[in-house]
Amino acid sequence: MKLSLRIASFSAPIIALAISFGLSSLILLFIGKDPVETFRIMFEYGIKGKSIVSIINRSIPLYISAIAVAVGFKMGLFNIGVEGQYLVGSIIAAFVGSQFSIITPLHILFIILIAVASSAMWAAIAGYLKVKKGIHEVISTIMLNYIGTGLISYSLTNVFDEKGSEYELPRTPELPETGQMPALNNFFRLEDLQDLHGFLFVAIIVGIFYYWLVWKTTLGFDLRITGSNPVAAKFSGINPNKLIVVAMVTSGGFAGLVGLGPLLGYFHRFTIDFPTGLGFAGIAVALLGRNHPFGMGVGALLFAFLERSSQILDLNDVPKEIERMLQAFILLIVVVFYEVIRRFIVKQQVKDASKKIET
Amino acid sequence: MTKNIFKSLLNRYIVITPILLVLIVAQMEEYSQLTTSGTFGAAIRLAIPIMLAGLGGLFSEKTGVVNIGLEGMMIMGTWFGAWGGFTFGAWQGVFIGMLGGALFGLIHAIATVSFQVDHIVSGVAINILAAGVARFLNVIAFEDIAFASSTASPRITGDIGRLTVPYLAGGEINGQETTNLFGFIENLNVFLISDFAGLVLGFLSNISYLTIFALAIVPLSVLILWKTPIGLQMRSVGEYPTGSESLGVNVYLMKYIGVSISGALSGLAGAYLVIAGTGIYLEGQTGGRGFIGLASMLFGNYKPFGILMGSGLFGFADALQLRSPKAVHGLLIIIAIFLFVLAIKTLFEKKYIPSLISLLLSSGFLIWFLNSESIPNQFVYFTPHITTLIVLSFANQRIKLPEKIGVPYKKGELN
Repeated sequence: MKLSLRIASFSAPIIALAISFGLSSLILLFIGKDPVETFRIMFEYGIKGKSIVSIINRSIPLYISAIAVAVGFKMGLFNIGVEGQYLVGSIIAAFVGSQFSIITPLHILFIILIAVASSAMWAAIAGYLKVKKGIHEVISTIMLNYIGTGLISYSLTNVFDEKGSEYELPRTPELPETGQMPALNNFFRLEDLQDLHGFLFVAIIVGIFYYWLVWKTTLGFDLRITGSNPVAAKFSGINPNKLIVVAMVTSGGFAGLVGLGPLLGYFHRFTIDFPTGLGFAGIAVALLGRNHPFGMGVGALLFAFLERSSQILDLNDVPKEIERMLQAFILLIVVVFYEVIRRFIVKQQVKDASKKIET
Repeated sequence: MTKNIFKSLLNRYIVITPILLVLIVAQMEEYSQLTTSGTFGAAIRLAIPIMLAGLGGLFSEKTGVVNIGLEGMMIMGTWFGAWGGFTFGAWQGVFIGMLGGALFGLIHAIATVSFQVDHIVSGVAINILAAGVARFLNVIAFEDIAFASSTASPRITGDIGRLTVPYLAGGEINGQETTNLFGFIENLNVFLISDFAGLVLGFLSNISYLTIFALAIVPLSVLILWKTPIGLQMRSVGEYPTGSESLGVNVYLMKYIGVSISGALSGLAGAYLVIAGTGIYLEGQTGGRGFIGLASMLFGNYKPFGILMGSGLFGFADALQLRSPKAVHGLLIIIAIFLFVLAIKTLFEKKYIPSLISLLLSSGFLIWFLNSESIPNQFVYFTPHITTLIVLSFANQRIKLPEKIGVPYKKGELN
C-alpha cells in the first residue's frame, strides 16, 4: 500500500475521536456544563500516577476480551457471548483453584488451564448449535449469556459457596497464597501506588500469541480467508463447519483468560461483585482496534482511560455517565468511518492500477 | 386420506407433542397453573413485546437489512416511553417511545444503508450506544426527582385502561356485572375444553388497550408488506436490489423506511414493557427480549402470524417463569416425555447415537423431576432463553431468508 493511503487508513479513528468529543461537548453545553473544563478535569485526573496504574489494570481484561472477540470477527463469526464465557470460566477456575495448593507457577498455570477449558467448552455449545442446528451465533451466544448467568448464580449459592463461612453473601473459598498472582510494583519500582496486576505480562503474551495464530499459522490463514471471501475459502478446500467450531472454541478459550486478571491479581475468589460487562466492552474495543493486536491495545487503554478519568466528574457536578455516551459515540462513528475510508482506499488503488495500465 | 392426516400429524410432532403433554400434565392438581386464564393472560402480556420486536425485525430484514440492534431500539423505547409517560401521560409515552426507537432505527439505517457498514457490526454498536444513552438520559432527566435513581425512572402518570369483554368474560356494562361464560367453562375443569376456555379468557378479560393496539399490528403488517405497492417495493429490495433499481424503485429509500419502521416497532415493544408492565423504566429491563423477538421471527419463518405464534410460545415460557415456579417444575416431566418420544423416533430412523443421547437426557430429566419439589429460582429465570434455543434447534431448517439479506448495497455496483 502507498504511504498516503496508509496514513489515510489511520485517519478514521482520529476523525471518529474528534467527532465524538465534539458531540459530547454539545451535549455537555446543552445540559449547561462547560465541556472544555470537563475534559480538562478528566485529563488531569486521568494522568495521575494512581490513575495510570488503575487504567492499566482495567485495560488488561478489556484487551484480552477484545482478542477473544477478534478471533471470531476475523472469520466473520460474531461471538457476542464472551461475557457469559468468561464468567463461567472464572467461577469454575476460582473454585477448583481454591481446593488445593501446589507451587505458585504450577498452581497459576493450572487455574489458567481450567478457566480456558471451561470457557472454551461453553463457547463450543454455540459452535455446535450453529453447525448442527443452523442457529445464528449472535442469537445462541446471547441466550447462552443469560443461561450462564443463571447457572452461575445458582452454583455460587448452592455448589461453590464457601463452607462454614460467616460472610453473608455467597462466595467461593479464597485462592491459597500459591494461587495468587504477585503484583508488579517491585518489578517496576512503583512505590506508594496500588497493585499493578501481574496479569499484564500474560496480556502481552496473549497479544503476541494472537498475532502469531492469526497471521502466521494455517489456521489463521483459513480464518482470514473465510472472513474475507467465504466462496474462495470453500473452493480452496476449507471445511467451513469444522472451522466454525474451531474458531468458536478458540475464541472461548481466549475468553477464559478475561476474568483471570481480576481473579488472580485482586479478588482471589468469585463473589457477586466480580466484574461483569467486560465481554461487551471487549466487542467495542475489538471494533475500535480493527482486530489488530496493537490497535486493540490502544483501544483498551483509551476506554480504560475514559472510564477511570470520568470517576472524578461526579465531584464536579457533571454526570459521569457522559463517558458511556462518549464511548458509544466513538464506537458507532468509528465503524462508519472505517467503512468510508476502506472504500476510499479501494477506489484509489483501482485508479492507480488503471493509471499503470495506461502508461 | 386418514393415512395422510396421520402422516402430516406425525410430521408436526415437534409442535403437537409438547402441546398435548402440557395439556395432560395440566390436569394434575399441582400443575393446574399451566393452563389457567391467568397464565395465558400473563403469556399474552409477555408475548407482545417479543412479537413487536419480531415484527420490527421482519420489516427490516424484508428490505435486506439485518437488525441485531432491535434490543438497543427496545431499550430506547423503554426509556423514552417512561419519560413520555411520566411527563405527559400513558398514550403520549407510547408514542414517544416509538419515536425513540425509530430514531435509533434511523441511525442504523444511516450506518448500514448510506455508509454500507456491516449490518451486524452496526447492530452491535447500536445496542452498546442505546445502553449508554439510556443511562445518561435517565441521570440528567430525573436528577432532582424523588423515587428515581441512575438506573430507574419515576412511575409513569395516567393509565392506558383495560377492557374485559362483557357476557363472554364477565365485563361490566354500565356498572352492571354480566355473565362470565368462559370463566364458567374454565371452572368446570373438563379436559381440553376448560384449558381452551382458559386460553380464550386470557384474550378477553382484563386486557390492556395497548395490547389490542399491538395485536392489530399483526394483520396490518401483512396488509402493508404483501398487499400494497410500497410493501412490494420493500420486499423486492431485499430480494433483488439491482433489479428493483432498474425498475425505478428507490432502493435506499425503501431500506430507510423498513429500518425506521423496525425501530418504531421495537420502540413500541420497549414502551409496552414500561407502560403496560412495570410502570417505570429499569436498566436491563429488556432482558434480551429483542433477541428473542429475532428468534420468533426466524421461528415464524418471516410471516407476521408465524411471529405471533412464536412469540406466544416464548411468552408462555416467560409467563410460567413469573407466575408459578411450581408450574415450571411440571415442564421437567414434559421435557422428559418429549425426549423419550424423540428417542423412539430417531430409533426408527436408525440414528442410534442421537437416540441414545435423547434417552439418557430423558431419564436425566425424569430423575430430576422425581427427586425435586421445585426448580431453583435461578433456573426459572432463564426459561425463556433456553426455550428459545430448544425451539430454534428444532424449527430452524425450513426458513426462507430474503435473498440479499445482510448484503450491503451500493448504487451502481453489481450486487
